[in-house]
Amino acid sequence: MSQSVLARNPSVLVFLAILGLFTLGVTLMSEWAGSEVVSTSFVKTLGKTLCLALVAVAMDLVWGYAGILSLGHFAFFGLGGYMIGMWLMYERTHGIVVSSLAEAPIPPTEAEIVGAIGNQIFGVVGSREFPAIWAFADSLALQLLFVVLVPGLLALAFGWLAFRSRVTGVYLSILTQAMTLALALYLFQNDSGLRGNNGLSGLQNLPGLDHVPQSSVSIWFFWASAGALALGYALSAWIVSGKFGSVIRGIRDNESRVRFLGYPVEAYKLFVFTVTAMIAGIAGALYYPQAGIINPAEIAPIASIYLAVWVAIGGRGRLYGAVIGAAFVSLVSSWFTGGQAPDVNLGFYTIKWVDWWLVLLGLSFVAVTLLAPKGIGGLVDLWTGRQAPDRHGADLGPDAGSLREAEAER
Amino acid sequence: MSSLLEVSGVSVSFDGFKAINNLSFAIGDAELRAIIGPNGAGKTTFMDIVTGRTRPDEGRVLWGEANVSLLGLSEARIAREGIGRKFQKPTVFEDQTVLENLLMALRNARGPFQVLFYRPTPGDLDRVHELAGEIGLMDALGRKSGELSHGQKQWLEIGMLLAQEPRLLLVDEPAAGMTPAEREHTTTLLVAAAKSRAVVVIEHDMEFVRRLGCKVTVLHEGAVLAEGSLDHVTANRKVIDVYLGR
Ligand SMILES: Nc1ncnc2c1ncn2[C@@H]1O[C@H](COP(=O)(O)OP(=O)(O)OP(=O)(O)O)[C@@H](O)[C@H]1O
Ligand SMILES: [Mg+2]
Repeated sequence: MSQSVLARNPSVLVFLAILGLFTLGVTLMSEWAGSEVVSTSFVKTLGKTLCLALVAVAMDLVWGYAGILSLGHFAFFGLGGYMIGMWLMYERTHGIVVSSLAEAPIPPTEAEIVGAIGNQIFGVVGSREFPAIWAFADSLALQLLFVVLVPGLLALAFGWLAFRSRVTGVYLSILTQAMTLALALYLFQNDSGLRGNNGLSGLQNLPGLDHVPQSSVSIWFFWASAGALALGYALSAWIVSGKFGSVIRGIRDNESRVRFLGYPVEAYKLFVFTVTAMIAGIAGALYYPQAGIINPAEIAPIASIYLAVWVAIGGRGRLYGAVIGAAFVSLVSSWFTGGQAPDVNLGFYTIKWVDWWLVLLGLSFVAVTLLAPKGIGGLVDLWTGRQAPDRHGADLGPDAGSLREAEAER
Repeated sequence: MSSLLEVSGVSVSFDGFKAINNLSFAIGDAELRAIIGPNGAGKTTFMDIVTGRTRPDEGRVLWGEANVSLLGLSEARIAREGIGRKFQKPTVFEDQTVLENLLMALRNARGPFQVLFYRPTPGDLDRVHELAGEIGLMDALGRKSGELSHGQKQWLEIGMLLAQEPRLLLVDEPAAGMTPAEREHTTTLLVAAAKSRAVVVIEHDMEFVRRLGCKVTVLHEGAVLAEGSLDHVTANRKVIDVYLGR
């Protein structure tokens, strides 16, 4: 089975090989390997970028292949981060509390320990009680399960309601924006149980591994991110390779035609929406320990829009396009906003990239959409000699998400 | 005679305009039927009702031996019941190859999980090749269907319809935009298909209908104006007035 997938998609092997070489290269040049070339903080940046690439692959699956322009997938990404963040914060605070109480003359009871942990974690929001959603925060296994389960269930419930009433196109996009906005606003509240706008912090410290330097932790997470991207990419390639891929591309280009073939379109959309939400959750769970902090601002509606922009710039409808888009835009973005880009002095005005980067990104998005709808990934076509078939100017289907002629390949 | 599809007393109005007006229609197993009528007579709307795209305001649509009502069912469900449809404008999946189009249509399990693990069996591929031969697209199997000519797309859509193995085929203007030779081929395909299943063909072209050599139903203003052999209906005064006389 997997062999035929790879045979039909040589790009998967090429991608995995490049990813493997990249991982090896970064590893050898990292502080962990005793080299100075790649700093620990840059290893973290690269690891985070791989996670963004993974969520972009999920976005491409749901938008580029199934034609559902979800502008809410960063909510699932954030939820994944929160789920793992709860365990990281709980366990680490537990360790700190236990060692500080160890000196006490009377050994503390379990209730006292839990109370002290609650005080530590929720002091900032004026509380000390553990909210019910933290009930399993001491169990790594359960919180890891929640990383996929919580985003998956939210996507399932949301998608069931939306797809069943046949909400499509712009209306669906707006609805997903509303979902992520509502979630962000809820989490901003102090009594949401997730520390309001403080979010969860100190996530870069792994409980019980205080003696391990960050140079090691960072490289572990880098490997894990690369592995997750490789698996997510291969899984997505497998999903879109066979008849399932045919059906979801058919849904994208002409939803009602697929219905008249007898396919339950809503079930397919729900499947893709939910699976991609779970992939997004995993990506988020790997991202935030490398970022060190997660707060509700992370899942603001704009984040999900960026995600769509990455995929569009990289080239939707091809998985490596999503990876290229996410990696390229997020690295360039951190270069511009990190103050490394030289200011441009126009004489009468100095362009500071920190302020102007977003304008540049917006303009590139418009330019790509109008002039090169295949995105950066389209450059690969120049090399492999793929051309667009001549459709005499006709687009591929009547549906809102359908591919335009300029995006098609022969 | 028990019929495969029975439509009775169906009416539909769009913003007060009665597109279908108390229409009744029945077709039996392995029957070929042509529907003719002027533009706007409601022919396409009739197919929309049977396939679940449009809900009628009143009337009944009964299907099969068990006389199941199709009215509450989704489009996909009706398709799985065994009703296939070809649209007036050819609609194939342009970004996909002829092979992919046919494989998607091929009668197999339709659920997401079954489809996810589906790999074409040798039998499936044989069937696809056989169909491709019938519709003259054997050499085009690997081509993106968006590149096909208009007539070839029509055929591909007919091929997809046959691949579904429906019990009832609803075909809307299959010969539009075809050369005379292509039309002839299309007639052959439809007549052959009607040997084992019911086929309803909407067509404007009288020559084409004559070659089908089947019973004809004339629609006008959303209702049946006349029904019978082509010679019988074309001799009908009312039919000449509304349709042929223009
Ligand atoms: N969804 C709709 N909304 C409003 N009016 C509609 C709709 N569908 C059909 N109609 C109207 O119903 C009438 C019948 O249309 P229909 O498409 O069934 O005609 P037809 O017999 O197929 O014509 P043609 O031969 O041109 O294809 C037309 O007047 C059309 O404008
Ligand atoms: Mg019509």
